[in-house]
Parts: sequence; structure tokens; C-alpha cells
Amino acid sequence: MSKPKFVYVTYIAAPPEKVWEALTKADISEKYWFGYRVTADGKVGDHMTAYSPTGMQAHDDPILESDPPRRLVYDWKPLYKDMDGERPSRVSFELEPFKDQTKLTVVHDEFDEDSKIFGLISKGWPAVLSSLKSFLETGRGLQASWDDEAQKRAAAEA
Amino acid sequence: MDLVFKALADASRRDLLDRLQAENGQTLSELCERLAMTRQAVSKHLGILEEANLVATVKRGREKLHYLNPVPIHEIGERWIGKFERSRLQALGDLKKALEAGDES
Repeated sequence: MSKPKFVYVTYIAAPPEKVWEALTKADISEKYWFGYRVTADGKVGDHMTAYSPTGMQAHDDPILESDPPRRLVYDWKPLYKDMDGERPSRVSFELEPFKDQTKLTVVHDEFDEDSKIFGLISKGWPAVLSSLKSFLETGRGLQASWDDEAQKRAAAEA
Repeated sequence: MDLVFKALADASRRDLLDRLQAENGQTLSELCERLAMTRQAVSKHLGILEEANLVATVKRGREKLHYLNPVPIHEIGERWIGKFERSRLQALGDLKKALEAGDES
């Protein structure tokens, strides 16, 4: 077992079921995931899909584990042209009740050597997770302070 | 947020976070290397950082690995830094880094 590259933890004042729903339903994700429509409510073997606000498909990755509302694992390989040759990396979400909150742990690992994905996501998750927390606790996601690089990239691909 | 500021208000703890940023996923023993602190002191500092959620841990076998968790720091940034200020602040930060790089030797 290799050592995880990134481990992110956030505590959200909402039950695990709500957090799970927000992570897997596109109608909710677009309200905090900076306009991205992310669907991951399928079974193992189904795919996690993500579409950018402009409708470009950014992900079509197999779901590797799904145990609602506790654990979700999928491959992570953006459909950007310059990442074509990369081995998929892997994201896992662990949801644990903690007092009246949910402890959400996101582990991202299994990167290729010199991975371009690696550089892209290291700024992305803290923004997504902060926005998720804000959305579930206050009803509002954060503004798209989203990594400018991701936006430029999306624009260039469109 | 009080816990975050309290945890950050100590040079040794900021140093530990710097070490994790340089190399994420270290054990207590690895973090103790080359530090002028006792193992107990490092362990106590890590506990305070973990309580503030600035450090996240995962178990791998018998080892406990420590990770810098930037999410609370991101939340502080979100609270006081507006969307349109970000790129200008980034440019200023880069300039400061570039100018100060010459002083490091």
C-alpha cells in the first residue's frame, strides 16, 4: 500500500446523508462545486461523471467503492487532452458522524510520476471542500475563487 | 477558528506545518529528526495542530502518518479575501518572493 499523497479533512455541521447527497448529485454539486455537475450516485462499476459550467465533460471515471453514506471511491482522471497518457489517480471520501457533525476525509493518491493531475488538484480540493461546508451549513457555496488555471484550461479546451 | 489561530500562534507549530508541506505524510519519528525538541513536545504540538484540524492523520499499519490539512486555512482566506483580489494578491506574493529570493544566501 503506497502512502497517500493528499489527505484533507473538514467537519461539516450536517448529517452524513446530506453530505453524501451533495457529493453524488449533480443538481446539488453545481451549487457549491463552482458550477460543475458531478454525478456519483451509481453502483460500483458505474461511472462518476462531471460536466463543467459550459457543458464540457470533464470526467467519466469508474466508481470503485460505494457504501452510502459512509464511503465512496472513484478513479480521477480529467478528460483534458494533455492528460491523455496518465494513469488515473484515485479519490476516496470517508464520512463519519462526529458529535452533531460529519467528519469528511478526502484522500487523493495513486498519482503517476510527474503527474499533471497532481498539480491541478492540490489547489482544487481545499476550495471545493470549503465551499461544500459553506453550502451545507449556510445554504450558500463560496464564490468561484476556483483555481484560475482550471478555468483557463476549461476555456482552452472548449 | 479560534483553535486555528491559537495553533498557528507558535513558531514551533508553524515549523512543523512547514515540514509537512515540504514532505507530506510523515511519522512522529520522522518529524522529530533534526528538531531541537523532545519527542513529547513534538507530539504535544501535533496534538494541538490536529485538534485545530490543521493536521490530518491516517493510520498505515502500525504507523500514524501526519498530513498538512490546508482546508481551515483556505476557509480563513475565503472569509477575508474577495474573489477579484485573489489574482492581484497572487501577483504581489510572487513579486515579494522573487525580490526576497536574492536575500536568502
